[in-house]
Amino acid sequence: MSQSRSEGPRSEGPRSEGPRTEWPLWEVFVRSRQGLSHKHVGSLHAPDAEMAIQNARDVYTRRQEGQSIWVVPSAEIVASSPDDKGELFDPANDKVYRHPTFYSVPDAVENM
Amino acid sequence: MTNVTGLQAGESAEEQAFQAKIDREERIEPKDWMPEGYRKTLVRQISQHAHSEIVGMLPEGNWVTRAPSLKRKAVLLAKIQDEAGHGLYLYSAAETLDASRDEMTEALHDGRAKYSSIFNYPTLSWADIGAIGWLVDGAAIVNQVALCRCSYGPYARAMERICKEESFHQRQGYEIMMVLAQGTPEQKEMAQDALNRWWGPALMMFGPHDSNSVHSSRNMAWKIKRRSNDDLRQQFIDMTVPQAEYLDLSIPDPDLTWNEETGHYEVGPIDWDEFERVVKGGGPVGRERIRDRRRAWEEGAWVREAALAHAEKRRQRKMQAAAE
Repeated sequence: MSQSRSEGPRSEGPRSEGPRTEWPLWEVFVRSRQGLSHKHVGSLHAPDAEMAIQNARDVYTRRQEGQSIWVVPSAEIVASSPDDKGELFDPANDKVYRHPTFYSVPDAVENM
Repeated sequence: MTNVTGLQAGESAEEQAFQAKIDREERIEPKDWMPEGYRKTLVRQISQHAHSEIVGMLPEGNWVTRAPSLKRKAVLLAKIQDEAGHGLYLYSAAETLDASRDEMTEALHDGRAKYSSIFNYPTLSWADIGAIGWLVDGAAIVNQVALCRCSYGPYARAMERICKEESFHQRQGYEIMMVLAQGTPEQKEMAQDALNRWWGPALMMFGPHDSNSVHSSRNMAWKIKRRSNDDLRQQFIDMTVPQAEYLDLSIPDPDLTWNEETGHYEVGPIDWDEFERVVKGGGPVGRERIRDRRRAWEEGAWVREAALAHAEKRRQRKMQAAAE
């Protein structure tokens, strides 16, 4: 697992030398309407959570795309590593019996 | 040498697997393995694209106070705010490739990064705002719709958002042109003058001819680019000529002809010497654009610092309160 920077970094650690005066990066999630879950829409820089919400409103919901916004510091997101994709998702590979299509039901049996 | 699939002699297993994934039309996501050249090309292209959106606010900002009505002012402001938003979506996509935002900004300000040469032309009359929306945003849409299928996920997703919003830009521009073209003779003259000045630069927005395009074949293999410069330019020409006819304005090209056989319009030679000059930061207002961007950045420095200091102070207070 690795710390995430904007959709997950490809490498860990600082990206460059020099003074870091950049505002921290936040990941933005928007609920487009009631009944749907929040969905990742992108990232932005802001000095704190309050400003991150304000900026997210201006950047990602200029056309009524949102009913609710979540912002999360990018550094706080922990992501699975693509290198472990094989092992991590392997347990699901050989369990076809978890799918309804694994079972044959005669055509005569309806509503199933 | 690159062959059609982009596979090269001596490629590593990782590189071959990467290319195979792209050939299968699978999207590449930020944390996936990718060749350094792919990453660098994308950072260059996405950041240039972002810079173009940001610099693109300047020629339009020139007309906010002089737009002819309150409605036009409100529309222009909304459009400029969209350009800022588009720049931010794109910077955000570049940051998924470990590009630093400050470094991208610095590269623009010290002239290392390019942006679309179209913004190095001045907006001399109100009709120019119409011509920009109609032609410049129209050309951008043709380019960007193709980029929605780019192999890099975050870039393609940013493009989808942008395309949805860009259509408003083009339509409001065409409407401005329509009002002028159907107005007094002087107004129609203004519209024609704007078309005369923006047509050539708009055609250049698609970049050099395919035969002279440096990065094309590799980027096509990587599906960073899906359609060639000339192909996209032709689509734009075929779309736009009838739109000009509807306005009863003439395309400023004596060689423009309709080819019955191919079903396409053919244009005269494009002035690539001018293109080269303007790309290199020349152009009537190239220096002014960067000067304005730098000034905005420098004059905003205290706000960025104060906001950080304020956030830090609040964080400290919160920690103190928790400790008590």
